[in-house]
Amino acid sequence: METLPDRLKSYAMGSLTVDLKEVDYLDDFGALVLSELRKMAAHGKTAFHISHASDKIKDLLGLVAFDSLDHEAPVGKKKRSPGAFVRLGEATLQHFSGLKYAISFIGSVTLSFFHVLLHPRSLRRGDTLLYMQRVGVDGLPIVALISFLMGLIMAFMSSVQLQQFGANIYVASLVSLAMTRELGPIITAIIVAGRSGSAFAAEIGTMKISEEVDALFTMGFNPVLFLVVPKLIAALIMVPILTLFSDLFAIVGGLIVGISMLDLTVNSYVAQTIKTLTLFDVFWGVFKSGVFAVLITWIGCLRGFQVRGGAASVGQATTSAVVSSIFLIILTDSVFSVILRYWG
Amino acid sequence: MSRQAIIRVRDLRVGYGDDIILDQVSFNVYEGEIFIILGGSGCGKSTLLKAIIGLIRPYSGQIVVDDEVVSTDDETKLQGVLRKVGVLYQGAALFGSMTIAENVALPIEEYTSLPREAVNTLVRMKLGLVNLQGYENHFPAELSGGMKKRAGLARAMALNPKILFFDEPSAGLDPITSSELDDLILHLNQSLGTTMVIVTHELESIFTVAERIIMLDKKAKGIIAEGDPRYLRDHSQNPFVKQFFNRRAIEDGRGGKPAK
Repeated sequence: METLPDRLKSYAMGSLTVDLKEVDYLDDFGALVLSELRKMAAHGKTAFHISHASDKIKDLLGLVAFDSLDHEAPVGKKKRSPGAFVRLGEATLQHFSGLKYAISFIGSVTLSFFHVLLHPRSLRRGDTLLYMQRVGVDGLPIVALISFLMGLIMAFMSSVQLQQFGANIYVASLVSLAMTRELGPIITAIIVAGRSGSAFAAEIGTMKISEEVDALFTMGFNPVLFLVVPKLIAALIMVPILTLFSDLFAIVGGLIVGISMLDLTVNSYVAQTIKTLTLFDVFWGVFKSGVFAVLITWIGCLRGFQVRGGAASVGQATTSAVVSSIFLIILTDSVFSVILRYWG
Repeated sequence: MSRQAIIRVRDLRVGYGDDIILDQVSFNVYEGEIFIILGGSGCGKSTLLKAIIGLIRPYSGQIVVDDEVVSTDDETKLQGVLRKVGVLYQGAALFGSMTIAENVALPIEEYTSLPREAVNTLVRMKLGLVNLQGYENHFPAELSGGMKKRAGLARAMALNPKILFFDEPSAGLDPITSSELDDLILHLNQSLGTTMVIVTHELESIFTVAERIIMLDKKAKGIIAEGDPRYLRDHSQNPFVKQFFNRRAIEDGRGGKPAK
């Protein structure tokens, strides 16, 4: 077949006729061969004919639109995409409408939250307890393990430097202060974003696709009140508690390095920790984790409500929920650091 | 017609973004009738339904349901309208984390302050209406498609709505189940007097249950036929209507191949 064009050229025929007299069965692959032959013939400016085709074959060629195969738009080529400026404009508009929706979503979440504060009976208590379990209790083991390892690593790394000055005891200060003020809230928030923020987005997104959110609305429920507020309250209660656990386990991690490698006693380590930490440090960390909890729930639920179309959109929403909340957590934390630097 | 119009739609224009899907649509639905909205795929049937129940905001025009104007801006007013309607969604839209009984009880518990026992009895009665007794403690995932639709119907009827909306009730059901659902719709309409508005393109259901239909068309962006489906089938002059009711593809003169 590949050498055929050259051979056709060397014959320099006036016309090419394919005789289908003996052919009693032809499928679309056969039609493909005919179509290729016709293309070669057209290339060599040779006339192309099919002769003695049975009615069945003619029927099949008609079904696959054999006569117009060469003229129609090629398969696999999408419609020409609009120019760069058009796409830039569309993307800008899309981002602005997304922003508008995000802001109005903050509004409706705030309204619903205050509605629940004023009418505590409208809170779905069963759901809230369920989410408290999912966010808090189920998340505790992984938060505890990661914080413990973080404390261990931090103590280990800093001991290498501090040992040179004989300042072993300051490992306790470093671990406790860094964890309660910065790393504890951040690590906890990132784990909660990965575990629960994504789950919120996937859950609401799936409900959106199966029209459950519409059903809620037509049954007279406020979807935000019904779906978001229980998650928000659960996260607001559980994330700060998880943060305290994270601080605690990190200090235990540091303690183990301290007594096993730095010849510190449990007593001196704990005493140094208590001496370093002020109540303000602990409250500051807990306050930050509360803010992170709001951010995670807000972004997770927002992405869920923005789901349109099908399963792929749920996947995107989940990814975006995690990425956006981690970004917002870090950003907010930097803002808090700057505020504290100039205020405290 | 002497009957009272329960839904009045006037000069409705709806769409998404720059695409106007329906324009200048006006019609009435009368109390107690079974009214079918039909048309080819993508002609705006479901969009029209969503506009009537206030899920999407129309660009212009007015919708009145039982003497109350449907407005997406006034939430308390919309709540009043929503109290009078029940909706059965295409996929039944049951909440997967709740049992069938909990699904049906949800609107009852929200709007009434009946004791637990009374709610349970009410739920059992609603499930009895749709022949689902004994499935109270099943989860939606454990039911077949037809049973899910019936459970969704029981939930839609939980507060005895004056109007029931059905979005493609027979989508994804086998012919037997879907005709059972048609019988159920007819039976409920006769015994409870509920007005039913059904979006569908299932010919069988249309001839079985419909008293009056409107047919929408994508190109016309509006209603191209209105009236009794049997009369339209035999007497309509509109080629699209004729083809629809006689279930024929639009021919383009090449061996019965559907046009693109």
